[in-house]
Amino acid sequence: MPRYLLRRFVGMIVVIFLVLTIAFVIVRLAPGDPAALMLGPDATPQDVTELRERLGLDRPIFVQYVAFVAGAVQGNLGESLFFNAPVTAVLAARAEPTIFLALFSLLFALVIATPIGIYAAYRRGSTLDQTSITSAMLAASVPSFLTGLIFQRYLATELGWFPVSGYGGPDAGFFERMRHLVLPSIVLGIVNSALILRFTRASMLDILGEDYVRTARAKGMTERRVVLRHALKNAGIPIITVVGLTFALLVSGAVVTERVFNLPGLGNLVVNAVLRRDYPVIQGTLIVVAALYVLVNLATDLLYLAVDKRVKV
Amino acid sequence: MRDRILDVSNLRVAFRSRGGEVTALRDVSFTLERGRTLALVGESGSGKSVTSLALMGLLPPNGRVSAGRLRYRGRDGREMDLSALDAAGYRKIRGAEISMIFQEPMSSLNPLFTVGDQVGEMLWLHQDLDEKARRKRVVEMLDLVEIPAAASRADAYPHELSGGMRQRVMIAMAMICNPALLIADEPTTALDVTIQAQILDLMRRLQNELGMSILFITHDMGVVAEMADEVAVMYAGAVVEQATARDLFADTRHPYTEGLLRSIPQPGRSKSNRLVPIPGTVPPLHALPQGCAFAPRCPYAEARCEDPVVLTEKASEHWSACILDRPVPA
Repeated sequence: MPRYLLRRFVGMIVVIFLVLTIAFVIVRLAPGDPAALMLGPDATPQDVTELRERLGLDRPIFVQYVAFVAGAVQGNLGESLFFNAPVTAVLAARAEPTIFLALFSLLFALVIATPIGIYAAYRRGSTLDQTSITSAMLAASVPSFLTGLIFQRYLATELGWFPVSGYGGPDAGFFERMRHLVLPSIVLGIVNSALILRFTRASMLDILGEDYVRTARAKGMTERRVVLRHALKNAGIPIITVVGLTFALLVSGAVVTERVFNLPGLGNLVVNAVLRRDYPVIQGTLIVVAALYVLVNLATDLLYLAVDKRVKV
Repeated sequence: MRDRILDVSNLRVAFRSRGGEVTALRDVSFTLERGRTLALVGESGSGKSVTSLALMGLLPPNGRVSAGRLRYRGRDGREMDLSALDAAGYRKIRGAEISMIFQEPMSSLNPLFTVGDQVGEMLWLHQDLDEKARRKRVVEMLDLVEIPAAASRADAYPHELSGGMRQRVMIAMAMICNPALLIADEPTTALDVTIQAQILDLMRRLQNELGMSILFITHDMGVVAEMADEVAVMYAGAVVEQATARDLFADTRHPYTEGLLRSIPQPGRSKSNRLVPIPGTVPPLHALPQGCAFAPRCPYAEARCEDPVVLTEKASEHWSACILDRPVPA
């Protein structure tokens, strides 16, 4: 087990290093000069050159790369060109809404999708089964910005149940901030629930046909126990996988959702950073997201090991 | 009066399918004496497994008992009709009064629970024991089915055991609540021959020690000869002959039974007639011929075979559903 963890850890480092490199290259492939963009159309060429020098953008690209990697290893992702602050500080300040948005929407998706998926599989072909599949298809097909706009119009503006957008302003307390995340979480959760529902249903259908489910019934237990103890634990393995994968969708989904609801999170930050050619912030966000993703993957695999003793490390 | 644990009469089971309802069992009747072993024999698709699932109340959702009675008399002497039980009533019977072992030991145990956990769950469901007493009983039971190092094997997962060991675990699980009736659905078919013999020995020994009755489902006449006191032969969803094992082999009354016996390879004979197959195939359930279902494949068939035929007593305790009144081969 320690060997396995070490191997995985080395793998993670390699992946993050690759992401680091790709992020560095891609942002520099994009046309546009950050110095010129920052100074605006009225700047003289000399101003631009001076700023480029100050930001280190005049150095050869390879030197920039080495400096970037050396910094990243020490936990220094550079300075934001726009905010004049360390990238780590900029990211940390924007992390809260994104983390809670991801968490709440995943929770919402799980709470909605798993019970319905299980029941739909159990009552295969029933009206509820058909309805759930159709709804899942619908939920997956409607883009989240549209659901977001509809919710804002009816649940926020007309009924006034939730704030329309924003994060409550600088003085908002924790509860007030979370209240601003309810609608975005539902919007993002709906999209993800579709995938989780279909997976839960499919994997449950497989398992319910297994011989050991028949054995469980032959032991004289309630259907509830057959499904929730004997079948669900087995069906859980593919469900864990899809929940892990869903995390990727959550991160990219957060960009759209944060934009629609004007949340000061990482999604909004990275979009603005791209528009401003704020290289260090773009790189920093990509690295953080990649690291999160790799960690979630590791957690998924460790969960397999805990659930299924047949899995060998 | 004899002590019958099971008296199945005119059992009909129908399945809903796309083309309408298909009758899988047509008036199946047989009886089982307490403490004895009845073998239910027949080809694939003859309705053996459907019969056992109907007894356990485990028919798939599209199947139902449409007629007939499943009279069962438990240890306490109370008689009940299993087909009239509701879900809760059946749960009390399954595992405690009637338990079942299946053909596939490899897939019949849940891969994510230890075998001790799965055997112990049976006790948890039906008996009021604390954790420690349960564990003790589980190890005793695993020991009784001759699993070496039972105490440590209780913590093993199914994938860590061989097929034969898993079938022993299944037997331990089925027997731990001391049921009156054990239904064994081809319990040795998936095992190789030496393991098969060990499992059959084990079942016989447990029967002597614990005194349960066994309904043994098989297509293997060799296993029948070894295990059964009584035999009921099934064909196309009906019992065509029931007798004691000795009478069935020595005084065969139904041509289908004769066919089955002749299709066992005979080592003494020349290669060409060592194994005589029954010509033709089992008719599909939705297109059964009128009268005797076996008539189209029967060497003795005549015009009368198109009339309905019922199970009648041809000799003492020997029933056959055939117009012939003499043993076959004639």
